[in-house]
This record gives sequence, C-alpha cells and structure tokens, in this order.
Amino acid sequence: MKRGIQNLLRVCGITAGAAMLCLGVYREETEAILHKAVKICLECIGIG
Amino acid sequence: MKKSAKMRRQSRFRLLIQLCAAALFNGYIAGFAKNKIYTGKLKTVCVPVLNCYSCPGALGSCPIGSIQSLAAGKSHRISFYVLGTLVLFGTVLGRLICGFLCPFGLIQDLLHKIQTPKLRVPKTPDRIFRYFKYWVLLLTVFLLPMLVTDRFGRGEPWFCKYICPAGTLEGGIPLLARNGMLRRLAGALFTWKAAVLCLILIGSVFISRFFCRYFCPLGAFYSLFNRFALYQMHVDHQACTGCGTCAHVCPMAVDVLKNINCGECIRCGKCRAACPEDAIHIGHRQTRR
Repeated sequence: MKRGIQNLLRVCGITAGAAMLCLGVYREETEAILHKAVKICLECIGIG
Repeated sequence: MKKSAKMRRQSRFRLLIQLCAAALFNGYIAGFAKNKIYTGKLKTVCVPVLNCYSCPGALGSCPIGSIQSLAAGKSHRISFYVLGTLVLFGTVLGRLICGFLCPFGLIQDLLHKIQTPKLRVPKTPDRIFRYFKYWVLLLTVFLLPMLVTDRFGRGEPWFCKYICPAGTLEGGIPLLARNGMLRRLAGALFTWKAAVLCLILIGSVFISRFFCRYFCPLGAFYSLFNRFALYQMHVDHQACTGCGTCAHVCPMAVDVLKNINCGECIRCGKCRAACPEDAIHIGHRQTRR
C-alpha cells in the first residue's frame, strides 16, 4: 500500500474513530453499556 | 546461539506485557474473593480486547459483548461508542493488541507451549477457514442480534451466548464453581459452551492461536486495519537472504517475506527476533542502516 494512501486512511481512521466515540457518548451509550456490564451476563456465562 | 538468546528475551518481554495487560483488565481482586463482579463506573470504559465483563475481576466492558447488547436491545442500535473505540485502537496499533494485550491470546499462547506434536494446517484449507472469523463478526455480532428477535422485539447476543470461549472460561467457570444457584441453572447451553471451550483449548495446544486464526470476531475487526495502522513492520529485502526462518517461527503462519503487514499478523515480533540478518524492522524504513 502506498504511503500517501496509508496516511490518508490513518487520518480518516483516527478522525472517524474519535467522532464515533464522541457521538456514542452524546447518545448516552455509555449508560446502556454500564447497565448491561454491572449485572452478570447470563448468556455470556452459559446460563442463557 | 546469540539469536536464540534474542528470541528468549523477546518472548519473555512479550509474556510480561501480556501478564500485565491481563492483570490490568482483570484487576478487581475482591471480585474473585467475593465471587461477585465489579459494578463501578469504570465499566463504562470499553477495553480493546476480548475480556468478558462477567469475569469476577473485569474492570472494563468487553467490546464484542457491548456491541451485541446494544444491537439486541429494543431499539437495535449500532454502538458508535464501542466502534469508535475499536477504530481508534485499530488505526493506531492494528493487531498488536492481539499479540500483546489480549488475555485470551495469552491463554492460547500458554497452551501452545505444552510439549506435543504441533499441527501445521495445509495452506488451502487454512486460507479458507480464516474467512470464518469475518462471518462470525458479521453474523453473530451484528446481524443475528439485530434481526432475530422475540415477540417483545429483543434479540440475543449470539456470539456471547453460543460461541464465546472467554465468557465461559473467565466468567462462567469461576462464577458457577462457587455459586450453587447458578450451578443449578446451568443446563444444555452451558454444556454446549463448555464443549466449545474445550474444543478451542485443545485446538490451541496443537494449532497456534487456533481461536484467533479462525473464530475471533475482534481479531477479524482489527485485521481490517493492519495494512495502514500506525504500527507497521518492514522487511529489508536487501539484507534478507530468504532463509525462511521468519515464516517458520510465525505463530499465525504468515508469509512474512511477501506480506508482513497482512491482516493475519498479530505483531508478536517472533519473526523479527528470529531473523539471522536483522532484516525485519518496526516502521517504514526502506533500507538497513
């Protein structure tokens, strides 16, 4: 892969990642994740 | 002789980082003592590795579990927060995360150290099976939790429920071992998950990084970034003699000379340590010295 394209993809990746992260925080996804993560996930441990 | 010492040093360094990362992501010691999971605010932070949030020691949230929980919820949302975190980590480190930070990767590495005859999967089936992890990512993490719903409009976390060996090993076994009520609830699903875990653990003894190669949805996601991530590796073809040592020691069976930055490379650095000509470098250097 050419260096110019690599650099462009890096800039896009970092910008998009940061924007998505901020959008997620704005949409209060962290609360939804916390709500799920503080309880034992029965599916994860194989209870269902 | 000098090279084997270099390989040992590199292997010890990586093991140390892996142990520190596993301890950091699972640092809630009281959870193991009380057989309870951590319920503090840190759980809003999404860790970049496959680490079950129902592990008694887990301090952060599993990205794969979090994506599914939001996708399976009533509003079937894509989690921008988790995807953003993964895109950032992927763009900076690529699959270095798999090689150095993932606790389940560490478990597989330790299992592969058991002295048994090792299997080298023939190239054609190996190449075909490797695509399986992309299907696991697309189907069980995104599509099935969103599309297959009950009468209340809720989906299920398909990967966590039917496949994830990390959840069974890090969450299921420790919790069930000391909680009679949970043990009584365990039925056919737990038997299935235990069987999947056993298959993957046994597979890891004979095939290096068995789960990472063929099944890991997080590895599949990070592999999309390996070619352009900030962390790159480079072969100095002027210095290389083509001895093939790098390909021989690679745990992911990557053709190092042809494609060192392919999506399968977990950046463990074994090829770099093993190279007798010091022809493999981190970064973009085009020539040596």
